[in-house]
Amino acid sequence: MNAELDTFDLIAMGLKIAVVVVMLLQVVPIMVWVERRGSALLQNRLGPNRIGPLGLFQSLVDAVKMMTKEDRATGHVNPFYYRLAPLVSLLPAFLTFAAIPFASHITMGDKTVQFQIADLNVGLLYILSVTSLSVYGIIMGSWASNNKYSMLGGLRSTAQMISYELSMGLAIIGIVMIFGSIQMGDIATAQGATLIQLGPIAIPKWGVFLQPLGFIIFLICTYAETNRLPFDLPEGESEIVAGYHLEYYSMMFGMFMMAEYINMTVASAFVTTLYFGGWQLLPGMTFLLTHSGLEGMNFEWARVALEAISFVLKVAFFMWLFVWVRWTIPRFRYDQVMHLGWKVLLPLSLLNILITGFLIYLKVL
Amino acid sequence: MLVKRDVKALQNIYLIEVLKGLAITMKHMLFSKAVTIQYPEERRNYSDRYRGMHYIKATNGVENCTACMLCPTVCPAECIHIVAGERPDKEKYPVKFEIDILRCCFCGMCEEACPKDAIKLSKIYEMSTSKRVVYDKDYLLEQRGHK
Repeated sequence: MNAELDTFDLIAMGLKIAVVVVMLLQVVPIMVWVERRGSALLQNRLGPNRIGPLGLFQSLVDAVKMMTKEDRATGHVNPFYYRLAPLVSLLPAFLTFAAIPFASHITMGDKTVQFQIADLNVGLLYILSVTSLSVYGIIMGSWASNNKYSMLGGLRSTAQMISYELSMGLAIIGIVMIFGSIQMGDIATAQGATLIQLGPIAIPKWGVFLQPLGFIIFLICTYAETNRLPFDLPEGESEIVAGYHLEYYSMMFGMFMMAEYINMTVASAFVTTLYFGGWQLLPGMTFLLTHSGLEGMNFEWARVALEAISFVLKVAFFMWLFVWVRWTIPRFRYDQVMHLGWKVLLPLSLLNILITGFLIYLKVL
Repeated sequence: MLVKRDVKALQNIYLIEVLKGLAITMKHMLFSKAVTIQYPEERRNYSDRYRGMHYIKATNGVENCTACMLCPTVCPAECIHIVAGERPDKEKYPVKFEIDILRCCFCGMCEEACPKDAIKLSKIYEMSTSKRVVYDKDYLLEQRGHK
């Protein structure tokens, strides 16, 4: 990034930020709808289907309900931290998306616009550090609630987040070793190369093909990091009522819920960028592009549009996987979570680094 | 206590079992119909022997009941209260016939005991209300069933 920004850059930046923030906000009601209808279908139920076509407006009505509810803290909470906690958990969720590229770049006159809010040269570290901030919101909320169930949820969340962050970071090391960069844009671009050419089918150099073990470890860790089932111990409805957001209602609870869904989106985008080629075109789209006569410099918009669609589809798949897994697998016991984190995933991720290093030394990768 | 389970080595990896589970839920999503119904529009068809809201059967607008007191006698919940009276033609009839529906346990014994086929239990199960908890004679005389 150059230090001097002119009007064009500022407008482009403003538009990108607006699009990303609005998209992230829109993801929440849609994902709530997907979660409710999807869970219903997976469990042979019907789900909310009364309000709007296919029940799509249910989330809007819920939002209105939450916003119009009385907003008052119960007497025994610490009011300042109680009100601060939802914000603290919501903000990192938004911040993380800044470093994720959602399409390549487009040339406008003599300017090139990157479809990424900030292509930081420490993008990966930035995302990792900002995501780990989100645990503060949960701890703050649980502590300020002054409720033993909330406290238990907060403690569980802390232990879980710290254990899984380790394996998560170590799993990513494999990707960093292969692509030799921690800049998200570089990692996404590097995955466009062809790994193996099998006749007409080209297997792209996506992270998942180079790092299958790392991908599995990383995926499991994202589930733990976003507190989704089977790792939703901080919430644990059947054990500790609702965990960290037990004392919350109205829009403050809504913000915790928004944070959860936005974290899901960010985690899906992160997995996509690291292991599934980010904005790289889905198989078949290159064919579509060459055969519809929309290639070359004059039709960059077509390529960018398809890249954005590919990115959204990939992210949508991982979001659906979150929902799908949630309604399939029951919650782990606390000791099982710790066992999996420390005794299985951590050694495996170290082994993954070892294997990757060995393969790089042998010049296989 | 730890229970020893027969776990195969592949099951210990857990990942394959997770994939199997995902396949099962997806199969349910794609290929099975919802077991729930759209309640107020669709209704379950209950058996004719269903024991729901009470009514007193009437013939030509006159209740079949002769106030023989068999139903309050047999009632285990003691929720039927009858005051007997006499018609001008010397026939016994209930002046007051009340069922305290909050005490009723819907056992259907009153229906079985009745020699005149007067007290019946209909198939109506939507009985929640904000006011009427003791059904009086007028209310019970509305013909609700088809038995």
